[in-house]
Amino acid sequence: MKRSLFGRVWPNVTAVVLFIGLVFPVYWMFATAFKPTGDIISENPVWFPTDITFEHFKTATEADHFWTYVSNSLIVTVCAVVFSLVIALAGSFALARMRFKGRRGFIVGFMLAQMAPWEVMVIAIYMIVRDASMLNSLVPLTLFYMMMILPFTILTLRGFVAAVPKELEESAMVDGCTRAQAFRRVILPLLAPGLMSTSMFGFITAWNELPLVLVVNKEAESQTLPLWLTSFQTVFGDNWGATMAASSLFAIPILILFVYLQRKAVSGLTAGAVKG
Amino acid sequence: MTVQTERPPSGPSDVRKADGGGTGGTRARAASRAGALAPYLLLLPAAAATVLLLGWPLVKDGLLSFQNLNMAQLIQHVTEWTGFDNYKEVLTGEDFWRVTVRSIIFTAVNVVLTMVVGGLIGLLLARLGRVMRFVLMIGLVLAWAMPVVAATTVYQWLFAQRFGVVNWVLDKLGWHSMADFSWTGSQFSTFFVVTVLIVWMSVPFVAINLYAATTTIPDELYEAAALDGAGMWRSFTSVTLPFLRPFLYATTFLEVIWIFKAFVQVYTFNGGGPDRLTEILPVYAYIEGVGNQHYGMGAAIAVLTILILLGLTAYYLRIVLKQEEDEL
Repeated sequence: MKRSLFGRVWPNVTAVVLFIGLVFPVYWMFATAFKPTGDIISENPVWFPTDITFEHFKTATEADHFWTYVSNSLIVTVCAVVFSLVIALAGSFALARMRFKGRRGFIVGFMLAQMAPWEVMVIAIYMIVRDASMLNSLVPLTLFYMMMILPFTILTLRGFVAAVPKELEESAMVDGCTRAQAFRRVILPLLAPGLMSTSMFGFITAWNELPLVLVVNKEAESQTLPLWLTSFQTVFGDNWGATMAASSLFAIPILILFVYLQRKAVSGLTAGAVKG
Repeated sequence: MTVQTERPPSGPSDVRKADGGGTGGTRARAASRAGALAPYLLLLPAAAATVLLLGWPLVKDGLLSFQNLNMAQLIQHVTEWTGFDNYKEVLTGEDFWRVTVRSIIFTAVNVVLTMVVGGLIGLLLARLGRVMRFVLMIGLVLAWAMPVVAATTVYQWLFAQRFGVVNWVLDKLGWHSMADFSWTGSQFSTFFVVTVLIVWMSVPFVAINLYAATTTIPDELYEAAALDGAGMWRSFTSVTLPFLRPFLYATTFLEVIWIFKAFVQVYTFNGGGPDRLTEILPVYAYIEGVGNQHYGMGAAIAVLTILILLGLTAYYLRIVLKQEEDEL
């Protein structure tokens, strides 16, 4: 089927326009972060920064408590992801490989748990955390972030575990492995891409979380980067250069992780869903 | 940003049914009692965490909604039960209903826009050549990957009253009254920016998923349609669309949930302002409960919000749960 010139041109033109629309906010964030203040506050926008400056990044990283927020965010996010992976791995193995009463109930339960409206549960969580005298601590944050990503992790890993051929495990057991050994030596290595992609999505969720930390941690020592970023503007007023530098610093880990892992992860997810 | 949900598990369970029945079944029967307990032990940590960290807050939320819990009670640690007073106050007040209607319209507009734009981009991806598809994919992935708090901050800058690039472009295009326009100044303009933001960040998920789905449509179907004399439009409506329907349902369902709960975008962009005119239910619950320190009221609003969300998604939820049960 030969298409007319117009029929061949318009999809490409639309694609270019869409590309610009999609990328521009991300580009503008980085561009502003690197521009000298004079170019940011100018009557006509400077589309391509020519004088590169790191001054705004300096302002952002030298802001009060910046490194505390960075380390808090990292601790909370990494711990939440690791805990939920460990817990989910055990659970997903049972769900994918074993037959038992109530299995269906567990799966449906986790599916419902995945929909939990955490945004509106913050008041109840605040009361629980307060009654446990744990306000302004990283422990409750870690636990609840773990719970936010746990259902997704279990359900996804279940797909990946099921995708590992049963025969591999069985032949390992014929060769004298116990079930636990077979799991560790045969299944676990094959699960690597699955673990990677699920942990990536967990990482993004926990790294981004705002409503809970907003309510339970009022002291700077226990706050995380999303909270810092939202309050940044109140502190720095109309200093858009520094604000965009802060946004860039916050976004860079996720952008790198996502772009690097996206293809692997998505192909991993689809492989997990299709192969068997 | 929790993405790629629901779908992966549904595939393998088919497969498992095919090969798992025999060996799994006999092994379970032959296994010792300890073996029979194994799955429950393996699931114990996950189940315990869910009950403790999700179940308990939900129950607690229900309990709080029947208490008179304001600043004073909070400080003195006293529990005052008030029965249905909170609910009475919320449900008879005008605010709650206004916010509810606003939330539902907000969700509907955003979901429809996201699905239409995302669906069209998905179809466009299928039609593009390799190079342009790759380029567009890069754009989609970048927008998708952008953390929501950072994205909201960037949109504040794009739509800033002074030196904001959007106002500059509108001015240059001849709409001079927009040169110094304050986007956070009115209800409509605030919602407009939030909608652009949400559609921008939600479209990639829909587009990439739908594109992936179109690649699984067998070519034979199109060939058969062409043999039967179907034109472009006809083969679209009778091959592409029916094939994509389950994907469309699933993504719409997820988008409804995500957009209905869009606390971060609305709260960060303008704090529910001006004059509390852009509060949607989660923001309303937060501002009434935590902001104005009517914790009991906030809890009641939260319970009602959860019920409304369940109501909005009930239709699809039933299908999903039924499917899952059939598959197992």
